[in-house]
Amino acid sequence: MAVIAGQQGIDLREPKGWRRTSNRIATFLMVLAFVLVIIPLGFVLFTVIAKGASIISWQFLTGQPIPPNVEPAGVGGLWPAVLGTIEITALATLFAVPLGILGAVYLNEYGGRGWLAALIGFMSDVMTGVPSIVMGLFIFSIWVLHFGYSGLAGAFALGCLMLPVVIRSTDEMLKLVPNSLREGSYALGATKARVTVTVVLPAAIGGIVSGALLAVARAAGETAPLLFTILTVTTANPNVFSGPTTSLPSQIFSNATQPYTGAQDRAWGAALTLIAICFILMIAARIVTARFSRYSR
Amino acid sequence: MSTVTQADPAAPAGSAHPLDQRRPLGDRGFAILALASGLLVLVILVLIAITTTQQASSWFTTEGWKIFTNNWDPAANQFGALSFIYGTIITAIIAIVMAVPVSVGIALLLTEVVPYRWSRPIVYVIDLLAVIPSVVWGLWGILVFAPWIQHIYAHIGNVVQGVPVLGSLFGPPTSGASFFTAGIILAFMITPIVTSLSREVIATVPAIDKEGAYALGATRLEMIRGAVWPHSQGGVVGAVLLGLGRAMGETIAVALVIGSAAVITPHLFAPGYNMAAVIANQFGEASGVFRAALMGIGVLLFVITIIVNIVARTIVDRSARRKRGA
Repeated sequence: MAVIAGQQGIDLREPKGWRRTSNRIATFLMVLAFVLVIIPLGFVLFTVIAKGASIISWQFLTGQPIPPNVEPAGVGGLWPAVLGTIEITALATLFAVPLGILGAVYLNEYGGRGWLAALIGFMSDVMTGVPSIVMGLFIFSIWVLHFGYSGLAGAFALGCLMLPVVIRSTDEMLKLVPNSLREGSYALGATKARVTVTVVLPAAIGGIVSGALLAVARAAGETAPLLFTILTVTTANPNVFSGPTTSLPSQIFSNATQPYTGAQDRAWGAALTLIAICFILMIAARIVTARFSRYSR
Repeated sequence: MSTVTQADPAAPAGSAHPLDQRRPLGDRGFAILALASGLLVLVILVLIAITTTQQASSWFTTEGWKIFTNNWDPAANQFGALSFIYGTIITAIIAIVMAVPVSVGIALLLTEVVPYRWSRPIVYVIDLLAVIPSVVWGLWGILVFAPWIQHIYAHIGNVVQGVPVLGSLFGPPTSGASFFTAGIILAFMITPIVTSLSREVIATVPAIDKEGAYALGATRLEMIRGAVWPHSQGGVVGAVLLGLGRAMGETIAVALVIGSAAVITPHLFAPGYNMAAVIANQFGEASGVFRAALMGIGVLLFVITIIVNIVARTIVDRSARRKRGA
């Protein structure tokens, strides 16, 4: 790269001509790329808030049952879907987060550099790429065909999606815990389990919680794994362990293709509720990261 | 589950003599529990393959190689899945072509152009894009975006009508829901993952290489081409492949905006179908061989995405390892 043309001394001025122009074009294109992302994001958020805000009310969130599609907005409410989303997501979190953290503990504290830990780590990465609809089909084959539709089946499907995400984010955080902490604890005679539970995990807790919250935020918005596991019904089913139920995402999905404005309005209201839930979880994750992370990259 | 309680730090297990070499029961129990959780990942992946293939077996046996024909007619018991495979490939390619330049551009913007205090808000905005649920993209796509972009399709269609290749690719639309609309929505959805992975890869370029290029008097563009690109090329390819895997598996948004027509056509503004979308839309009313066929499409999708992901992760991991060695 003949950059410095034969001049005396070093020319520190900005290069002229095509070199300057091409550099400016490149910078402009990078900024343009970001703008191209902001536009659809802003467009979606604006539409959802504008259309959703006008229908959301206390009665909309807590009323039931979900009215037939032909009914105009203002009749009934989405409580069955809100309840279903909360129940199913909470149950999935209960499955996936402890198992995911333990899996990451294995990868980082026990597996070391062995081939098994390497394989599990690699396959967790691969598993994050398994399409969510395939998880739905999997739980349908292994659970729903034998035990019927239930919130539990939906929670299994969401849990399978969350598990590798939690493993990966926890693993990243455990890697950041300095070895001197572990060694100090061992020197006091603690067993490995005790070192892990009382020293390593608490040291990384901020990052672990924030990673888990982000996984929950992603799972709460998933529709595909729920389609064939919970069915979509219009009445509330407080029993998460048996019987078909419904959720906000599946309700939006079934309403989105309806020609009736009432159904569409309810879909927008549900979309705003869902986005609000996801954003709150995401912001919570940020706050936890900012306040409780002792070690960061 | 008794091992769990014994792993509790308050349990007497930890109070053995410091020099006692025997590992207490709780300690071993905890190790086993951790190993089992790790193995769960492998178990789930194997179980997915086995159970879904089992459920799909009647499709594979009754149709044989006819599963790869373009003949999908559940009413007449015809279950050829070629049009869905075609749709998956087409929409994923459209998404990749649009998302990759944007993602790599943002990744370079974040790593090479803006100062640190600006890069964090930009990352937040990109993450926001990732948190919007698939079904919300679909709802917006079908009710707002598709009717709006149909006008643009119509303009483009009128302009290129009669032009040899362009005319058949971008002819006048029949509706806003089409392969192309699905591709655009997919592009929005995979941009965050491609951006964050590209950024990770680009961030590993040694500062000394970049400073060296600047010291030789390179402009920023020349520095990127001479120092950043050769170093991160491989990793970015991996990131793109991961985006491709996501685009192929993304379901709900596509199911709503693709138009639901099992056809193979070069016309990108025409309604189509893809593998994930047909499962989502038709599984509910399916039974017998019909259900097995949809399950089988799920198996094909699983196999394709697993292969794409394994290749992509291998590439990304390798390029990350090379940098650690450097």
